[in-house]
Amino acid sequence: MVPLYGKTLDELKSIVTAEGLPSFTASQIADWLYHHHADSIDEMTNLSKKAREMLSAKYTVGLSKPERVSKSADGTKKYLFPVANNRFVEAAYIPDDDRATLCVSSQSGCKMGCLFCMTAKQGFQGNLSAGEILNQLRSIPEFKNVTNIVYMGMGEPLDNLENVLKSLEILTSKWGMGWSTKRITVSTIGLIPAMKQFLEKSNCHLAISLHTPFDDERRMLMPIQNVYPIADVVDELKKYRFSDHHRVSFEYIMFDGLNDTPRHVKELVKLLNGINCRINLIRFHPIPDSPLRTSPDERIIQFRDSLTAKGIFTTIRASRGQDIQAACGLLSTKALQEKR
Amino acid sequence: MKSWNEIPYDIQRVISNTAVAPGAYILKFKKNYPFIAGQVLALGVSKEIEPRYYSIASPENDELISILYTERVEGKLTPMLSLLKPGENIMVSKPFGTFTHVKPSPVFIAAGTGIAPFMSMLLTGKASGVTLIHGAPYPEYFYYSDTLISRLGENYIRCCSRCQPGCLFVGRVTDFVKQWNDLDVNRPYYLCGSAEMVVETRDILISRGVPVSNINSEIYF
Repeated sequence: MVPLYGKTLDELKSIVTAEGLPSFTASQIADWLYHHHADSIDEMTNLSKKAREMLSAKYTVGLSKPERVSKSADGTKKYLFPVANNRFVEAAYIPDDDRATLCVSSQSGCKMGCLFCMTAKQGFQGNLSAGEILNQLRSIPEFKNVTNIVYMGMGEPLDNLENVLKSLEILTSKWGMGWSTKRITVSTIGLIPAMKQFLEKSNCHLAISLHTPFDDERRMLMPIQNVYPIADVVDELKKYRFSDHHRVSFEYIMFDGLNDTPRHVKELVKLLNGINCRINLIRFHPIPDSPLRTSPDERIIQFRDSLTAKGIFTTIRASRGQDIQAACGLLSTKALQEKR
Repeated sequence: MKSWNEIPYDIQRVISNTAVAPGAYILKFKKNYPFIAGQVLALGVSKEIEPRYYSIASPENDELISILYTERVEGKLTPMLSLLKPGENIMVSKPFGTFTHVKPSPVFIAAGTGIAPFMSMLLTGKASGVTLIHGAPYPEYFYYSDTLISRLGENYIRCCSRCQPGCLFVGRVTDFVKQWNDLDVNRPYYLCGSAEMVVETRDILISRGVPVSNINSEIYF
C-alpha cells in the first residue's frame, strides 16, 4: 500500500488522474490529510464512496505511531519511529514556556562522519520520505502544541533535499498545513550545491554547522571540510540577503581548548563579516570514546560576550534532554539497527 | 541532492572506459584543468541525473584524468557510466576539494574505490614513506595492486574480507587496524571510503592513541 501522507498537491493530482477521479479530488484529499488530520481514507467523507474504495485498494494514509517514548526530567521527550526497510529514526520534542520545538530527522543514519555526533557512528541507512519526515510531527501526542520545527535530528537534511523540500512545501502551503516559514529551521553542514537550491526554493530559516573558522580544525571535526570548505560556504551565503524573516544562523559547539579561544572569536568575526546572522553556542554533549570535551560554562559565556561585543548576535542554547540521549548530537538508532 | 544547475561543467569525450574487476571500471578522458592530487570532480551523463563526485586516480602531470568507479545496479548514474564508449560525451566539473595536504610518512587507509586519491598522490610523487592499507571483499578488487606491490612492497597491506587464509590479511581494514602491531601514533593517518568505514576506523585509531589532529578523512557521499 502506498502512503498518501507526505504527498504534495501535485503528486496527489497525479494519483487521482491515474485513478480516473476528478482533479478536485486531490485538493479534497490534501484537505483531509493536512487540515483535518484524517487517519484513514474512510474518514474522507466528501469523497464519493467509489473514490474511497478505489483509493483504499492501493493507498493508505500511512501514518505510523512512535514505538517508544523516553521522557527527560526537563520535560523533553524522545520518540522512536519505525521507517521503511526495518530502519528507525528519532525525534525530540522540547517544550519551553510558550513554545515547543520538535527536532525531526531527515535520514536514518548519516554519511557525513562528524567527529562529535552520535548519529555518525551508525553509518548511513537511507533517506526518509517526505511522509516519514512529517509523520514525526503528525504522530506524536503533542502534535498540536508544536510551535517550531528544526531539521536537526538524525541525518544531513540537504543530503535528502528533494524530500526535505517536499515536506517543507506541505508544511508551509495553504493547501498543506499552513505553517509560517519563520517557525521552521533547516540545518546543514554546508553542502553548497544543495544549499543553493534550498535558498532558491525555500524561505525557511537556515542553520549552518560551523564549529570552527579554521580549516585544519574543521577538517578534523567534519570531513566535509575537504569538499566544501566553510570559507566557500560563507562566500556563497554572502550572495543572499537574510533578515529576521529569512534568517541564517551558525551553530557552534564549544569544545574545551579546541575552538573556544579569543583567536577563534577574532577569526569568526572576520569570516562572518558582511552577513546578517546570529551564532548559537552549544555545549558539547559527550559521546562514547570521544576525545572531545565541552568548554566550561564560564568560557562559553565569555565567548558569547566577546562575539556580542564585536556586533554578532550570539546566544547560548540550553541543553535539553541529555539524560535520555535526546540532546544535540546524541540521537542514534545504532543499537536497534544492529539487532535487526 | 546535487544538481548540474549549480555546478559549472564541460563536456569531455571518453577516451576509454575499461572494466578492471566485475562491476568496477576505470574511465579516462582528457584533462582540461590542472588539479591537485586528492581532489574530486563531479561526473554526469545528463542534466536530469544527479551528478556524483569521484576522486581523481591519475597523477597531476598526466594528460588524461582517470576515475575509478563501481557500478551500482540500483543507482541512476553508474549503470549509464558503465555503458559509455570511447568518443561519447561526459559531463565533467572542475576539480575541487582540499584532501590534498599530505604530511611525511603518512598511513593511507582506504576501502574499495577509496584508493583513488591515494593512487593520485603516490603516482604524483607527493607522498613518501607511505604505508597503504586497502580493504576489499575479494582479491580482484585490489585495484592497481601490481603498481602498489612494486612501489610499496611490504608497506602495501591488503585486507580481504571474504578471502580464504593465504598471503593476504583476512578481514576488514578495521580488523587489521585494531590489531596492527606497527601502529605508530605519531604518523599522520588519511582515511578514504564510506562513512561507516571512515568513522569506525577513526574511532579505532583514537582508541589506540592516535591524536585526532593526526587523522584526516575523505568520505564518499
